[in-house]
Order: sequence, then structure tokens, then C-alpha cells
Amino acid sequence: MNTELLTVPVFRFENALDRHALQLKPLSVETLQVNITKLCNQACRHCHVDASPKRTEQMDKRTVERCLEILAQHSSITTLDLTGGAPELNPYFDDFVREARALGKRVMVRHNLTVTFDGNPQTGESKAYLPEFFAQQRVEVISSLPYYQEFFTDKQRGLGVFRKSIDGIRLLNEYGYGKPETGLVLNLVYNPVGPFLPAAQASLEADYKQELWERFGLLFNNLYTITNMPIHRFKEALERSGGYEEYMEKLVNAFNPAAAEGVMCRSLVSVGYDGRLYDCDFNQMLDMQITTGINGSQRHRTIFDFDFDEILNRTIAFASHCYGCTAGAGSSCGGATA
Amino acid sequence: MNYYESKDLGKFADVGKFRKELMDSFFSYYGAATGTDGALSKREKSLIGLAIAHFQQCPYCIDAYTQQCLETGANPDQMTEAIHVAAALAAGMTLVHGVQMQNIMEKHGAL
Repeated sequence: MNTELLTVPVFRFENALDRHALQLKPLSVETLQVNITKLCNQACRHCHVDASPKRTEQMDKRTVERCLEILAQHSSITTLDLTGGAPELNPYFDDFVREARALGKRVMVRHNLTVTFDGNPQTGESKAYLPEFFAQQRVEVISSLPYYQEFFTDKQRGLGVFRKSIDGIRLLNEYGYGKPETGLVLNLVYNPVGPFLPAAQASLEADYKQELWERFGLLFNNLYTITNMPIHRFKEALERSGGYEEYMEKLVNAFNPAAAEGVMCRSLVSVGYDGRLYDCDFNQMLDMQITTGINGSQRHRTIFDFDFDEILNRTIAFASHCYGCTAGAGSSCGGATA
Repeated sequence: MNYYESKDLGKFADVGKFRKELMDSFFSYYGAATGTDGALSKREKSLIGLAIAHFQQCPYCIDAYTQQCLETGANPDQMTEAIHVAAALAAGMTLVHGVQMQNIMEKHGAL
């Protein structure tokens, strides 16, 4: 018998929900978050997607068109949130953005700031047009900048990424992003450099604004603080350093019922590159596909058999990583939730 | 068994196994003094805590306050400056006693 297995604690998320008599059911589907590629010009240390320049997964044209059909059919889905990888490296990205904007949807792009300069790592295609394209389409840009100083940013995202990110923000500012009078929104994302909880969002945003303005003359709208999710690349790093259990205990001990009430899976549906549906991008990376129906007639759902009412009445799939979204002030793709 | 184990920090509250009310009072005071924004921000308090942790060379406190500094948004420059303040004060406290050395020397006619 492997006795080591018996000593590993189980961080069961439902225990916390039961303890606080919480039932987290879906509230709405306001956002369709679509992960359109795992290809990225970067290979960040904490990436929960394990994205890198070597990945080949891409959403095909048929699936993009089906996502657009769903957006057109459901006025309550107000937001398209495009993520990856670097979503701009999907061949249908530009059309996806244009057509969703033509439908009147708010379009958010999770843009890593460096792809503008690096281009497509597999084809060499230039992406220098992106800032102008974003501004023309009035997409909301949301970009990771793990810290306002070089050391922590490069430690997490690779050597030279901070400088390139600063240049990327400068270009976006030149096209009007981050300037209140333009209405063009640039939000930045902070995540801790290691197994720590994020600092308070408001005070860190004030620091970012002061430092980026004073040192580089840069502007942005909001800072979102996000907790590092203990899955894939980050989990492996924790296990290598022997810190996985300690990090999980930190998340479990910091469980905040108010943050749990605001978890993003209650108002979002995540679509994989192959059209499969998930409760969030993290569940997507763990292959925890949305299942609807009752005994005997349960089915995994895809964008091709999208049924709004069934999705709204589904049971959200939880696991230990969900403690990442409910710790402290909470964490979501839009930052703190409590 | 080692005298210091990082996991022992998690057993801190167990000291309250006897005379619990005294530990409860301590934790209440400790939380109010270190864990909230007041006239000093929680980050400033964390940096002071980090400096004292180094001055007293308490491994539990160095672990806890390094993490608390990072979780309140402090950066490596601020954290390093904080421990230099502790180091400078420690050096100053040693050196200022040189006055006593000189007083004794003077008393004995050696200065």
C-alpha cells in the first residue's frame, strides 16, 4: 500500500460551501469567455493554460461562427471575453472581434502586451497593427503586468517582458487607451510572484498608477488583482518546491463566503478551442466539462448544442482549485470579488 | 526533532492550551496592532514587522512577515530597505555603547 497517498490532505471545496451553508448556482450568462488558442509568444511561469510558442490548438472557423451565432441569439450575453494563449494568434481573431462588435457586444481581449512586438512565433506574421485595430474596434484591453517593477514581472513572465510591456502600454496610450476622455479601456492584471495572496486591489492600483505615471508617463484604467490558481504549471512548481499543501492551506484558511458569492462561474460560460463548454477557464484546463441532464441522460455540452436554459440551470463543477477564487478578497477574471 | 520547524508556526495558537484567556488577549491585541490599516497602513506595519523579525532573528517572524509584506504589495526594494534600517540601528546600538567604553577609559585615566 502506498502510505504516502493516505497522508495527502484533501482540499474539498464543497466542505467550505457546506460549512457556510452556501449554494452557488448560476445567476446568469452575461459573458461568453472563449479560449481560442493555446499558442502564445510567451511561456509564463504561472500560466494555467500551459500556453507557449509550441502549442498548436486553435479554434476553427466553424466554431468561431457558432460562437457568433450564440451571441446573436442571446441579447443577455452582453460580453465576449477572448483569451488564450495569445488570442490574437488565432487566424480568425480579427473577424471574431469585428463581427462581435457589429452585434453590439462588449469585447474584451486578454492581450499580453508583447505579442504586438513578437508577432506569431510559428509563422513570423507581424502583429504590429493590433493597437490601432483594438482602438478602431473599441475593444476593452486587459493585460497582465504582474508588478510595476521589472524584477517581479520578468521573474514571472520572462526576461525582458517588463520593458516590452511598458512599450506595449505606451503604444496603447498613443491610440487613446487608458485616457478617460476617449472611453478606450485598458485594465491591468496583477498576480503574486509566488504562493501568496494578492495585496488589496485599491491600494495596489494606486501604487501602479503613481509608479507607471511617474517613471514612464503611462496611463491605465483599473488594476485587477488575481490569485495564482493551483493548477498546471503553477501547481507543478509548488510541488517541486514542496509548497503545494502550504499554499492550499493558505487558500482554505482564507475562504471568504462573500467572495464565494461573487465567483465568476455564476455569470460566465467558458468555451474551449474545440467548442466544449466549461464553467470557467480553469475548469477548462482541467477538462471539467459542463454536464447537463439527469440520471441516464447526462451529456457533456458543447457550443454546438448550446441550450441557454439548461446552462442556466446547470450544477457548477467545483474542485480544490476553486479555493483560489474564494480566498481573501476573492479573485476573478475581473479582479477581486468581495 | 529540530528546534525550529516552519510548520510549528501553525501551532502558535496551541500555546493557549493552558490559560487560554491570556493567549486570546494576546491575539486580539496582536491582530489590532499589526493586521489592520490605521494611522499606518498594513503594508507599513508589515515592513516594521519584517525589520523587527530580522533584528530579533526570529525565523517564524521572518517567514510570516516576508509573506505579509508581499501580500500587502511591498516590493523587494522596500523590504530590503526595511532590514537595512534594522541593521543600521543594530550597528548604531553597538557603536553608541562606545561612549560607555570611553567613559570607563576616562575614569581609569586611559583616555
